[in-house]
Amino acid sequence: MSYFGDIVRGIGSLLNGMKVTSKYLFFAPKEIITQYYPENRDTLKMFDRFRGEVIMPHDAENMHRCTGCQSCEIVCPNGSIEIIWDRVVNEETGKKVKIIDKHIYHLSMCTMCGLCIQACPTEAIIWGQNFENAVTDRTQLTKVLNKPGSKVHPDVKE
Amino acid sequence: MMLPTEWIHNFLYASMPEGLAHAVELVLIAVGFLMFFAAAGLYLVLLERWIAAWIQLRRGPNRVGPWGIFQTIADALKLVTKELTGTDKADKFLYNLAPYFPIVAALITISVFAYSQSLHAFDINIGIFFITAVSSIGVIGILLAGWSSNNKYALIGAMRSGVMVVSYELSVGLSLLTMVLMTGSLQLSEIIEVQRTGGWLIVQGHIPAIIAFMIYMIAGTAETNRTPFDLVEAESELGAGYHTEYSGMKFAYFFLAEFINMFIIASIAVTVFFGGWLSPFGITDEIFWLQPVWFLAKVLVIIVLMMLFRWTFPRLRIDQILTLEWKYLLPLNLINLVLMAIIVLLGWTINF
Repeated sequence: MSYFGDIVRGIGSLLNGMKVTSKYLFFAPKEIITQYYPENRDTLKMFDRFRGEVIMPHDAENMHRCTGCQSCEIVCPNGSIEIIWDRVVNEETGKKVKIIDKHIYHLSMCTMCGLCIQACPTEAIIWGQNFENAVTDRTQLTKVLNKPGSKVHPDVKE
Repeated sequence: MMLPTEWIHNFLYASMPEGLAHAVELVLIAVGFLMFFAAAGLYLVLLERWIAAWIQLRRGPNRVGPWGIFQTIADALKLVTKELTGTDKADKFLYNLAPYFPIVAALITISVFAYSQSLHAFDINIGIFFITAVSSIGVIGILLAGWSSNNKYALIGAMRSGVMVVSYELSVGLSLLTMVLMTGSLQLSEIIEVQRTGGWLIVQGHIPAIIAFMIYMIAGTAETNRTPFDLVEAESELGAGYHTEYSGMKFAYFFLAEFINMFIIASIAVTVFFGGWLSPFGITDEIFWLQPVWFLAKVLVIIVLMMLFRWTFPRLRIDQILTLEWKYLLPLNLINLVLMAIIVLLGWTINF
């Protein structure tokens, strides 16, 4: 008698599926996940885990947290990160320390894998929320992440 | 009280000679059906897109006009202005002829439905038989399109369509025959008259009628080549199936015919199972302008159900489709037919 049993079970599972879709159809318009994009550009907030581009946050005194250790440069599979660094003498301790001159980030080569952010020991680079990355010239995709004249934060130890 | 159709009839026959008046009447009816056909096709496409969007928690068309209500009109205008491409190796005559078969078959079929007591263009005494016969002409268009395109995807799609229609026509016919056992007539106006006095047929026939309705909905969805049964144009396997080589308005004919076929399947279901233009419990049967409203409302419910099928159920493989028809639907249908005959013979139908 598995013939009729199969029919009953089949109808049951089809009705189960229809219960789910009809619940979405009739009762879920408030949970709509797509958005009116160009209109809500001003209020649009991306979710926390969104991977837009790599950015280096600076605080009010124009200080970043990058020590120039080059972990991100080494770990990047595409060679999107290029760090131009230098050594200077720390006036307090008299030791030579590494500082960054330019932290160069090629957005055109980046696949948003996030390995650099995982590798960074001082949390100097994080994910930005910007997603409108289209530009008219390729050179604009090569960005210098540290702002001009910025210094490393004194709390950051190498 | 004079109905508007009677008023037009009397006006035409009073103001011109009889032959001319008859011809004008025919033209008026044809134009009316064509306009209804175009509007229904376009807005069913829009409804399908809205329902798909709502089920998938999207917003759906919302750019052209408020809530996107002009979206499909804009799409149709785009298709009209597009170039009609063809292939060199195609059989030109059949290739150009094919798109007209589904659309003409669909147009002939929608003309026989009783939209209300008076809004009934062609009350033929073999109504149900005529509908099932004519609506299967559409598949000739699909077969011709597949054959004449000279394209392997189109050919395989068309042949699958032939297999499916041959199989599922049987189930549609038998499930309608089950209901005809109760009405004793194939004429659509007679079928509705039976339901006016005795309640809707799905209530009158209780268990076998509900089984027949389920079989009819499955087979009807298969007839329209819609998604649980969309082997004809299986996108992942066959490109676009039988209309791979068509573009512009010729493609739009196939596309619109699919949606009109859905309307036809729903209309047959409403006429045969749910009382056509009759209102529930006869509350507004005498108000003539509410009759088409009831008819279209019921059709809309059935169409939404079919769209829900499309966006819920997984697709069937070709062997699963044939198993479903020949090993499940057909035997059940035959048993159901005998069951209905016994119930009608013993007078166990529910009559109000």
